[in-house]
Amino acid sequence: MGDEFDYQRVMDILGSREQFTQGDVACAYGALLGGCTFFAGYPITPATEIAESLARLMPRIGGVCAQMEDEIASISAVIGAAWTGRRAMTATSGPGFSLMQENIGYACMTETPCVIIDVQRSGPSTGQPTEPAQGDMMQARWGTHGDHALIALAPASVQECVDLTRLAFDLAEQYRTPVLVMTDGEVGHMREKIALPTAEQVTLRERRRPTMPSDQFVPFRAVQGRVPEMADFGTGYHTYVTGLTHDERGLPATDDAAVHTQLVARLCGKIEDAVAELTRVEIDNDEGATVGLVSYGISSRSAAGAVKLLRLQGVPVSHLRLVTVLPFPEQAVREFAAPLERIVVPELNLGQICHTVREAVEGTAVVEKVARIGGEIIQPAAIVRAVQEGGQPVRSG
Amino acid sequence: MSDRMQKEIKICGFGGQGIILAGVILGEAAVKAGYWAVQTQSYGPEARGGAARSEVIIASEPIDFPRVTVADVTVALSQPAYDRYVKDAATTDGVVVIERDLVEAPGSLAQPFVKTAESVGNKIVTNIVMLGYLNGYLDLITPELLEAAVLANVPAGTEDLNRQAVRAGRQLFTGGEGEQ
Repeated sequence: MGDEFDYQRVMDILGSREQFTQGDVACAYGALLGGCTFFAGYPITPATEIAESLARLMPRIGGVCAQMEDEIASISAVIGAAWTGRRAMTATSGPGFSLMQENIGYACMTETPCVIIDVQRSGPSTGQPTEPAQGDMMQARWGTHGDHALIALAPASVQECVDLTRLAFDLAEQYRTPVLVMTDGEVGHMREKIALPTAEQVTLRERRRPTMPSDQFVPFRAVQGRVPEMADFGTGYHTYVTGLTHDERGLPATDDAAVHTQLVARLCGKIEDAVAELTRVEIDNDEGATVGLVSYGISSRSAAGAVKLLRLQGVPVSHLRLVTVLPFPEQAVREFAAPLERIVVPELNLGQICHTVREAVEGTAVVEKVARIGGEIIQPAAIVRAVQEGGQPVRSG
Repeated sequence: MSDRMQKEIKICGFGGQGIILAGVILGEAAVKAGYWAVQTQSYGPEARGGAARSEVIIASEPIDFPRVTVADVTVALSQPAYDRYVKDAATTDGVVVIERDLVEAPGSLAQPFVKTAESVGNKIVTNIVMLGYLNGYLDLITPELLEAAVLANVPAGTEDLNRQAVRAGRQLFTGGEGEQ
């Protein structure tokens, strides 16, 4: 009962393959090219343009774009739509992302594939609505309660808003998990040249659906690997969907320690143990460098600028950009850190992923940060200074 | 590195003057002309009023840091925006172009964008007049490509007015080169 994806039909409404457009619009394009046919959201700066674009585009491919009464309703609608076989998405910013947290956990627990775009703005609370930030990174990891794992990607350009949003839908289906696209107000509102993928580049990874007779179907038993097949509502494969601890049949088993332990271990393990295949990093190593930068999202543009300035001055420096932030590419970061004495992590927050980096390198290199809040992105010169004179210390908090 | 061309442009004014649209059109035209371009913006929560800023970087190669570090050209269409984004900004260098009737800034190139817009029919196209002038100054994009980008980004029914505006802006540049 899945939607038939028709590349040409989508491209007919997106227009020319090369465009000069905004990150938010590019997320909408990426969603449609990722097979998304259901969007539910609530307007919020700086994410509104995603909803606005989809309100215009989605009806033209026969999809649904709904403005809900709030963000809780939005994520709820997305989860429901996913169970009917659709590829579904919502988009929001900090305050809305906070409201969605409980149901993100519900999507983890019920193994519902869905995509959530967080165009991060400066918080806490309503904060600075029009200003970019990367302050929701730890919320992406631990915003919903209980042990869980999910996938988060961090686009650094308008092109990546297309590419990673598209990818997010495939990963959501493959792992039956919420996938977070952690962009920010700068990337969301920035305009750059994009090249939309060709038909050959767009091959959707289909949801694995049950094929056995329906009376033999056990909804949460992983037949192959650790991701169970998922039956769309209405296809005769009865599935009881609950956020309560459930056995393989999907039925509540809330006082059974073994069932709970096994379930949560599988839910975490199916993502965490796939870290190698989920790892996407960009490494720019410099022979002889003793200092390296680890960056993600918009701050990696600042870092790339700093690398260029430092090398012009003859200062060797290496740079690792995280494209996948969760599950955290620990092994890649550890290998990157091996020859280094110091690692500088620039972030548009007071220090979040720098802690994860410090944990990953386990003392083999000193981790420092360039932490900036207030609305302006980090100047490359600030990172240059940190490399040459030392960054801000990272303390346990 | 020496072959790398990069121009950094800052356009500022108050919300409602079409500051951001001007940057968008310039960036789009630059991409059509075969360059790399990135356009960014800063504005407050107000739809009208408040300071608005649009930044455009045009380069011969991919652009890493998307914000203006040192502006080659800065355009200010309002006094508060000039005071905030030009006078007190460390990132201003190069030439500063101002709207003659709205900004006082000694040493800048003062241009009658508003008057020119009124003379072609409506001061609402002040931003497009400015764009025609700015494009002449930058000398990177043909007037035809800019005009096409303007027309692709304005509301239906206003094409003639905008076409005249962008041409009048260019005329301001070729005719005068600006008065001190």
